[in-house]
Amino acid sequence: MSERHAVQMRGITKRYPRALANDRVDLDVEVGEVHAIVGENGAGKSTIMKVLYGLTPPDEGSISLWGKELSGHRPADAIREGVGMVHQHFMLVDTLTVAENVVLGAEPCSHGCLLDVAAARERVRQLSSEYGLSLDPDDLIENLSVGLEQRVEIVKVLYRGAKILILDEPTGVLTPQEVRELFVILRALREAGRTIIFITHKLEEVLELADRITVMRDGRVAGVVSAAATTKEELARMMVGRDVLLRVTREEARPGEPVLQVAGLSAIGRKGSHVLEGIDLEVRSGEILGVAGVQGNGQTELVEVITGLRRASAGSVTVCGRETTNRSPRQMRDLGVAHIPEDRQARGLVLGFTVAENLILGRHHRKPFSSRGLLSLDDIRTHAERLIEEHDLRPRDPDGDAGHLSGGNQQKLIVAREFDGGPALLVASQPTRGVDIGAIEFVHTSLLRMRDQGAAILLISAELTEIMTLSDSIAVMYGGKIVAQFEGGAVGEEELGVAMTGGAGASAGGSAVRSDGRPPRHEMGAR
Amino acid sequence: MFELAVLDSALRMATPLILASLGGLFSERSGVVNIALEGILLTGAFASIVATYYTGNPWAGVFAGVFAGVLISLIHAIVSIVFKADQIVSGVAINLLAMGLTQFLTWIVWGSSANSPSVQGMAHWSLPEIWGPVARGVNVVISHYPPLVYVALILVAVSHVVLFRTPFGLRLRATGEHPEAVDTLGVSVHAMRFAGVLLSGAFAGLGGAFLALNTHQFVKNMSAGRGFIALAAMIFGKWSPGGALAACLLFGYAEAVQMGFQGQAVPTQFVQMIPYVLTMVALVGVIGRARPPAAIGKPY
Ligand SMILES: Nc1ncnc2c1ncn2[C@@H]1O[C@H](COP(=O)(O)OP(=O)(O)OP(=O)(O)O)[C@@H](O)[C@H]1O
Ligand SMILES: [Mg+2]
Repeated sequence: MSERHAVQMRGITKRYPRALANDRVDLDVEVGEVHAIVGENGAGKSTIMKVLYGLTPPDEGSISLWGKELSGHRPADAIREGVGMVHQHFMLVDTLTVAENVVLGAEPCSHGCLLDVAAARERVRQLSSEYGLSLDPDDLIENLSVGLEQRVEIVKVLYRGAKILILDEPTGVLTPQEVRELFVILRALREAGRTIIFITHKLEEVLELADRITVMRDGRVAGVVSAAATTKEELARMMVGRDVLLRVTREEARPGEPVLQVAGLSAIGRKGSHVLEGIDLEVRSGEILGVAGVQGNGQTELVEVITGLRRASAGSVTVCGRETTNRSPRQMRDLGVAHIPEDRQARGLVLGFTVAENLILGRHHRKPFSSRGLLSLDDIRTHAERLIEEHDLRPRDPDGDAGHLSGGNQQKLIVAREFDGGPALLVASQPTRGVDIGAIEFVHTSLLRMRDQGAAILLISAELTEIMTLSDSIAVMYGGKIVAQFEGGAVGEEELGVAMTGGAGASAGGSAVRSDGRPPRHEMGAR
Repeated sequence: MFELAVLDSALRMATPLILASLGGLFSERSGVVNIALEGILLTGAFASIVATYYTGNPWAGVFAGVFAGVLISLIHAIVSIVFKADQIVSGVAINLLAMGLTQFLTWIVWGSSANSPSVQGMAHWSLPEIWGPVARGVNVVISHYPPLVYVALILVAVSHVVLFRTPFGLRLRATGEHPEAVDTLGVSVHAMRFAGVLLSGAFAGLGGAFLALNTHQFVKNMSAGRGFIALAAMIFGKWSPGGALAACLLFGYAEAVQMGFQGQAVPTQFVQMIPYVLTMVALVGVIGRARPPAAIGKPY
């Protein structure tokens, strides 16, 4: 044993009051390999990694690093042994700079006890140029896009000299371009002899990057396979326990009356410049309009204006024939506008509330959930039980804390809530971010079913395949404008990609409605 | 209103506020609300007079004030960090405890229900005159106020450096913003928060010592809301030492003006309200802009 193994975990069991997160899990990771961990939402992937990193003490089992057994270790010990972890939900301090976040906890000093800011900056520059990460050490985290935030997390780990890198769903929040860049970085790290453990729901990525794969199901290990000897279908079957539709089939759309009409819509950002400029679009009932674009080109702001979370500076939003520009989110909801926000923890959930409570947010003031100013607890409970059943939320417990759900189950909770109650318009921003393939299949078929039942759907996604499989028409955003619009099915990934990066190719594509080669605005952070 | 005498007493009035709000700063930056400042001031004031009374040395009183401040804030730390109790409730309890305890002990030690006898105040700093004109020049500056006024001003600068230029300060600020992140980096959240709360005890205890030694005696409830004003000043100053200093000077000034007005045509009750009204106006004025540490008040 030992020499070959960077990590050996034996019989790890972790119980939570309301869930058995890990059940006698064994995990072997060889030195220098890329080891993927896949499994459904709530299968216990994040938990086993937190145990390895020393954040969560296991109830049973043993852990060895480099052949040496650890007991009762804390993150500080794991860091000393060369383990670094990039968490599913980033661990960055928003109000500090990149350099400060990187050195936090292992600060370089000068003059005895002063923080050596110059040295910190220099190290960040050096590490980021070594791996082509292009980070500015003086940027504040709150101004960075998610993709850049992730690079900061990677630099944090490298700065501590990690020889084993754990990445928990690193690609979940990235655009396809950013994913490619990340893979280049990870390959470079493997070349440099580091061991990488990564968790993902995207099976193509697993097959592309990993050497070996551990599949988890319901807290147990369902199998260990080598990437060369398996297929997507087989992995999916091992994860879910049944065959999974990896691609949904879509009927022709039968669009009806316009539900959402946006005309000449503009909005001003924090720094006084336009984040949206003259947006025109229309979504009819029974139709899905996909909005593609590189993150930070105004998609977030567009969604915010339509749902009433941000003020428009010019133009109009009309829902079901009623002028609704700059109405409050509550008024929009009462008109039948549902919203799946892109940041599930910041906007989609109240993490300290129970699952049942989270499932009625936005409709809590209306019947049947409350009457005469009092909550109807029984109705809330039956409602929760029904949605948990329909959407397979795990664990099946209406009274558990939403904050204790796994990342994917948090997302499924929001989807369940927003799909319910037959909205006239659904604004879905990254609806499948972080959910497993079984749940993606479920969300996709549900979106299509809602469409067929007459809902209008505005779909914003960084996943081009998602946009292309679901949309009846596709708008491309760049620099706060719509630079191209295509019929669904009539456009290839290549063509979309070109339109997304500046519009030069979009006009060549012939179907561009508007194009100007303005550079993207950097102040429009993804947050 | 802008006579030298008023400005002069404004700085004296501001000194206990400055010390207490620096204390509040360290605690809140680590993520622990500290409304116990009021009680800590009072405890520090009492302890400093007791020690000075028995030793005859006001510096022993200063030391005792700081020590008592640390001790009583240790209660706040244990209750709210280790036992994860609500930080506001713990703070209120400490304020009530300090009020009752100091009054009780005043009675035990001096047999009085209201105040202690007079003790010796603190000698002002000065260089010997025989050092010549330079010494005399220096003395104009350093012997005008009681020593703790200078100490407080120096501590503002020191606090700034500690918070923004040292690894400790970086960790403390990060703990108040995102304790999970600090934990994943192998830094103990509890240790950082203990440090923050105990430092706040030391600072506020020192503030209490100044308050009492400046009046040469302990009077029951002599903190008279200064802990709360210090807390407001810290918020008004946006959780930074320089900002807190400016706010405390403003409140000190209001208090000095208020004293100047007493005995004139305006009813004293109204005059006495000036600092508190100013507190509220100041808070409303900055409410939208002040951004507290993100994880403040949340046990970890
Ligand atoms: N702090 C916690 N308290 C209670 N239960 C928890 C906690 N953390 C995780 N769980 C439970 O443990 C189980 C495994 O969660 P885990 O986060 O490891 O899943 P995962 O495989 O990472 O899923 P995902 O793909 O959705 O991120 C889930 O049922 C979850 O509800
Ligand atoms: Mg997870």
